[in-house]
Parts: sequence; C-alpha cells; structure tokens
Amino acid sequence: MQSEAKIHTEHGTDSSPQGPGCSLRHFACEQNLLSRPDGSASFLQGDTSVLAGVYGPAEVKVSKEIFNKATLEVILRPKIGLPGVAEKSRERLIRNTCEAVVLGALHPRTSITIVLQVISDAGSLMACCLNATCMALVDAGVPMQALFCGVTCALDSDGTLVLDPTAKQEKEARAVLTFALDSVDQKLLMSTTKGLYSNAELQQCLAAAQAASQHVFRFYRESLQRRYSKS
Amino acid sequence: MLREKGTRFLVDSVGAEQARVLETEVAPAQAKAREKMAAGFKTVEPLEYYRRFLKENCRPDGRELGEFRTTTVNIGSVSTADGSALVKLGNTAVICGIKAEFAAPPPDAPDKGYVVPNVDLPPLCSSRFRSGPPGEEAQVASQFIADVIENSQIILKEDLCISPGKLAWVLYCDLICLDYDGNILDACTCALLAALKNVQLPEVTINEETALAEVNLKKKRYLNIRTHPVATSFAVFDDTLLIVDPTGEEEHLATGTLTVVMDEEGKLCCLHKPGGSGLTGAKLQDCLSRAVTRHKEIKKLMDEVIKSMKAK
Repeated sequence: MQSEAKIHTEHGTDSSPQGPGCSLRHFACEQNLLSRPDGSASFLQGDTSVLAGVYGPAEVKVSKEIFNKATLEVILRPKIGLPGVAEKSRERLIRNTCEAVVLGALHPRTSITIVLQVISDAGSLMACCLNATCMALVDAGVPMQALFCGVTCALDSDGTLVLDPTAKQEKEARAVLTFALDSVDQKLLMSTTKGLYSNAELQQCLAAAQAASQHVFRFYRESLQRRYSKS
Repeated sequence: MLREKGTRFLVDSVGAEQARVLETEVAPAQAKAREKMAAGFKTVEPLEYYRRFLKENCRPDGRELGEFRTTTVNIGSVSTADGSALVKLGNTAVICGIKAEFAAPPPDAPDKGYVVPNVDLPPLCSSRFRSGPPGEEAQVASQFIADVIENSQIILKEDLCISPGKLAWVLYCDLICLDYDGNILDACTCALLAALKNVQLPEVTINEETALAEVNLKKKRYLNIRTHPVATSFAVFDDTLLIVDPTGEEEHLATGTLTVVMDEEGKLCCLHKPGGSGLTGAKLQDCLSRAVTRHKEIKKLMDEVIKSMKAK
C-alpha cells in the first residue's frame, strides 16, 4: 500500500503566561514520511530537527525476548561521527522512558525498535528526540498508557530560567536540565541534568517544564486532529 | 493434584484432637517445610514475595525502606597506582585506581588537563556480564561518572596543567566492580571521591634549556578537591514506593530508579532518572532530603578514613 499523503502541520507556540523568558521555539511535526518503518515522525524545534522511525511489534531474537512483554530497543545516530558512549547513555534514557509508557504486556515476545537520526542540533536535542519518539510511536500505532514530551530548561549565571534554550544559551548556562513528563498528570518520567543547581531552582524548573509541557501536548493533539480529520 | 487430595483425605479422617497432637509434634519439620515453601514462592512469584515485605515496611534483608547497607571505605590499597580506594556497600564492591600520566593539553583549552573515568563491569562481578567490549551498563556508568566529575567541578582542570600549551596531567580513573549487588553508581562515586583524595602528584618542573620535564618524586602534593559529591540511589516500586540503596534483586524488580548526586552545600550535581514510573514533586522532595542526610553520613566516614590515613 502506498504511503498516505504527508500531512504537514505547522504550529508555533508563543510566550507562555509566565513571562518573556519562558517561551518555547517554533514547533513543527511531520508524520508518516518514511515508507519502510511502521511509524515515523520528524520533529522540529526552532532549528533542531530529529527524525524518528519505529518498527514494531516485530520478530525478536530469542536471546533478547522477554516472556511477558515487548523488548524495546533504541538506536540514536548522531549527525556526525560514529555513535559513542554519550549516545549509549541517551539511548538508555529514551528506552527507559518509553518502557514506562508503552504497554509492552500487550505484545509479549516481540520487539519494538526506535531509530533516531539527528538532522540538526541547535539546542534542546534530548527534548526534541523525546518528542520525535512519541510522535513516531503514535504514528506506528503502538499502544501506550500516556503520551510523553521532553522539555529542556537552562539556568544562567544569575538564575534566570530559559525554556527550550538554543545551542548558544546552553553553552553559556550554568545548568541545563532536561525532563520527560507524561500527559496524564505531568509526572516526572525522566530527568537528566548538567551543571550545579540548588533544590529551589530544581523545583522552579520542574514547575516551568510542567507548564510548558501543556503547550506541547496541545500541539500533539491539534496536529493529530488535523491529520485524522482530513482523511 | 492427586497427592493434595490424598493428604486432605488423611487429615479429614484423623480426629480433631489427634490432629492437634500431630501439629505440636511436627512443628520443627513444618518450619522447615514453610521455609522451603517461602523459597519456592520467591522463585515463582518474586514480585509478590517482595510486596509482602514492603507491606510491613521492611525488606527481605531486614533493612528499613530508608536504610543504607553498611559502607566500608579502604584507601591506598593499590601501591602501583597514584591513588586508590576500595568501597563496599553491603555486597557491592568497587575498586578505583587512579594513574597520572603526561599529555599535551587539548588545543582548544591549553591550560586544562584531563580526567578520564572508565567503569568496568567484568564477568567476575555478576553472571549477567560477558567478556568482550563494554556492555551498555558499563558505558552508561562511565558516562554518569564523567558527568559527575564535569558537573560538580570536583577538581579544577586548570590545576592539572603543568605548562600551558605544552604539558598537562591526565588522570586515568579506572573503576572496576568486583561484586555486583545493585547500586553500582553510589559505590563508584564514593570510590572515585576517596581515590581522588588519596592521589599524590609529584612536582614537575620544565627545564628551560632542554625543554624536558623533570619529575621530583620526593616532593608530592595532594590534589585540591573542591567539592564532595555523594550519590544516593533510589528504586521505585509499583509506581509509588521509594526504597533507598536497592540490592541486585530489588533493582531487577523495580519499575524505575533515581540517582541524586549532591555536594556539601545542598547543591545538586546530577539528577539522573533514566525513565521508569513517574514521580510527583512531593516524592522528589523526599528523595532530596534523604540525599542530604546520606551526604552527611558519607562525609563523616570519609573524614575518618582520611584522618586515619594521614595519621600513619
């Protein structure tokens, strides 16, 4: 069967009600653009772009099979060079986040493979990877108990919070925190941080990320509505 | 099935009084049978077995939910290394050896040295690891330790520079797990900190005429350790319960893990939560307060060990 028409949805979100420093960059998402994988999505956040493809539920190697749930595998390929130890660490973060939301028990002894390719990196790469993964899983029709999204916050030297930082802002920041939040009650699914920060700053970032995640989930809902209402 | 029916028939046919007598006589034998049944239950339904303990707010090894295993630190055991430490957290044992060598500083930072950590999980420590290239767990642990060193600024890389643009120290930190029983990240961080405190670097002067480095092995200085990052790991069970310092079995049954690395001012160097069940803000706060108390415990332990070492 030929792949369906690409529904290109563009939706930008402007400043959240918290003030000028807490705005997210322009988002865009395109689904079902690759013909081979069961599901694919390209997520754009400002200039950062990640392409995700999902294969599954598919055949699994006997050595890797789990008797009562699906085996999830994530492969992250950087833009330049061979994958290294840092990529392995990120793959594990994404895999464990997906394992928490994907209903693996419905497909035992199968494998769900998620392949991510970094197209361009202009800050907030981990968050973009998480968003692309979620959209690709939805496109593939993998059963999930909740959607998830990634939000990055940067704290600069005088304590100001910047959501969805650019590469330059990330480099100059004192601390960069990336969270993955779920769509049901914005619980913290995954967190990875860089730099030094205090407990109060952590709470502030988490609250800001939870507010920002509402925008991302609204964007997911609207883009999916647009896609399914046309066909 | 038939055997069950048989025994039931036997009990029914014996009178009630006689049954009571039988009970007291076979009590020790029954206790053994009960133990066997518990072990069988543990094999067949490990999660359910575990839940029975958690309901009583304790764990199979007798610890409370917020209690750590006995921590032992031994410094300076490896004489061929410039600094070493062995940390035992219950059964988990990690040894850290640090070797200092010369290298040219990186071209984009000519006044900085290098700290290169490497975590090795050999087949010796657990049956789940095979020999060969480092597996995922070892790579993730190496990346975690590299992040902790980078984020906490435990030593200033500028301190490792001998001559800007020409010569700098590179510290190769090798962490080898000798026994894997869960909570590897806490043990590695502790071992790294203890070993770095033990490192003594000799004085190096650059001879202007020959442009060669002269090493004075008689004059040695300790490293300037600026912060004391201490890691505290938690395991999440059934999306709600948090337990501290999980053992190998507990890690396997847990639905998520969380590691918090804190330094002495209460600042967080790393909040590592690789997926798993979601946590609310309140639960996160509980974890952070437990991490603060753990930091004090470890700091006291380290100070004692360093004091005893310097007293020699």
